[in-house]
Amino acid sequence: MSFAIGLKCRECSSTYPSEAKFACDFCFGPLEVHYDYAAAQGQVTHASIAEGPSSIWRYHQLLPAAGPEGAVDLGAGYTPLRRARRLGEILGMKELYLKDDTVNPTGSFKDRVVSVALSNARRLGFSTAACASTGNLATSVAAHAASIGWPSVTVIPSDLEKSKIAMTAIFGGIVLAVEGNYDDVNRLCAELVSEHPDWAFANVNLRAYYAEGSKTLAFEIAEQMGWRTPSQVVVPVASGSQLTKVAKGFRELELLGLTTGPTPVLFAAQATGCSPIAQAFVSGADVITPVRPNTIARSLAIGNPADGPYVLDELRAHGGACGSVSDEEILECIGLLARSEGVFAETAGGVTIASLRQLVRSGALNPDLPTVAIISGHGLKTLDVIVDTAVATHTISPSLQDAQEALKFRDLVEAAS
Amino acid sequence: MSITVRLPSQLRVLVGGEAEVVVDADTVRGAIDAVEIRHPGLATRVLNDDGSLRRFVNVFVQDEDVRFLDGLDTILTPGQVVSLVPAVAGGC
Repeated sequence: MSFAIGLKCRECSSTYPSEAKFACDFCFGPLEVHYDYAAAQGQVTHASIAEGPSSIWRYHQLLPAAGPEGAVDLGAGYTPLRRARRLGEILGMKELYLKDDTVNPTGSFKDRVVSVALSNARRLGFSTAACASTGNLATSVAAHAASIGWPSVTVIPSDLEKSKIAMTAIFGGIVLAVEGNYDDVNRLCAELVSEHPDWAFANVNLRAYYAEGSKTLAFEIAEQMGWRTPSQVVVPVASGSQLTKVAKGFRELELLGLTTGPTPVLFAAQATGCSPIAQAFVSGADVITPVRPNTIARSLAIGNPADGPYVLDELRAHGGACGSVSDEEILECIGLLARSEGVFAETAGGVTIASLRQLVRSGALNPDLPTVAIISGHGLKTLDVIVDTAVATHTISPSLQDAQEALKFRDLVEAAS
Repeated sequence: MSITVRLPSQLRVLVGGEAEVVVDADTVRGAIDAVEIRHPGLATRVLNDDGSLRRFVNVFVQDEDVRFLDGLDTILTPGQVVSLVPAVAGGC
């Protein structure tokens, strides 16, 4: 049984029933799902969680919607938490872990949020799925919709990576490629939702539910560390929804007495080419000045981040910071992660690792404390950025002589790794 | 000075269903105050208790966000349009 009891405004605390509503009638603030924590006390236990499936739905008591049985579920979540000894050593860190969300059903953490959003959409009587997306969300919405026979309408910038467009279109829904950037797409969807109130836009009218899915990253990290919290977590930031909900997830576990250890300090990771939150953090502003994105990290290219103010609040309240890294560093760190840990991440993962390195070097992040970096999407999604440099080391004829000639370079290969 | 204040659908009930209210004001804050005097209830919806603009309310003078001008102290010239627009929370 879920302990969700309705929606609550983050700004003015007005409460609403559990419906498809995303902004407060009174002050226009964003709504979020709230829970009866008093009733959950003693009911949500390590044992009750362990009884659940190996997916995000093992935490169904702290998610909106009915139990695992009614979920729209391709098996999102319960992804590996990998001890990254080699990368940790390179970065001078004692205890580094990777939360490897590349292995989700459609290759990114978006499966977590979409599973929660569409489960609630179905509960609320919707029968068409939609979203505004930088790519990964569109893929996940199209896949989950296909799995239950729903039509889908996904809205994306037209110049996205080809692989992301293909991965979305293959599921057979309508893909609206908009000649504009993500912020244009988002504004268009805000208008579309008024015209089509019967469509479940995962991240617009279902946003309150959608966002809750990211809490499961925190739940899994804690559970996989033996219910002891890490000291520091590095999270890639676009709209800021993931970071704020990871924080909420850790807080809920603490409130319910399920974890020991520190309240994790969260760190944000942005690409310099789209870093409105990093800029506001450095300048001390509490309002985000929108930017026009220009970065290869397309999945993080949101110039006007909806949850930006809450990310700033979270970073400042607990001593976090925000990394800001160049496209060159992103590419370099995709390679670094792959060579050191065998994990192939999309550009957002490069942003996370490059930011982690930057934060260690600047002293903002303590290299001696247990730290988790969230790797949110698979490298196959952004092949475009590496296909010209990640190529065969030698091309030879099928002869032993050629092969042996090529293998003379083996020493060089070993030196390079 | 004659200023037109445009209201989003959610706030029109406060002003008898009208989409626009014409008031005399020199600044954005003055325009909101002027609407408040005539139709009590508006100010608390768009301003925090300390008088600052709520985070999820955008105010535009002509088509410029006042956060990039002088905020609520932005000076108005006669005939200008002040639009109150809820910020749309969205995004991945």
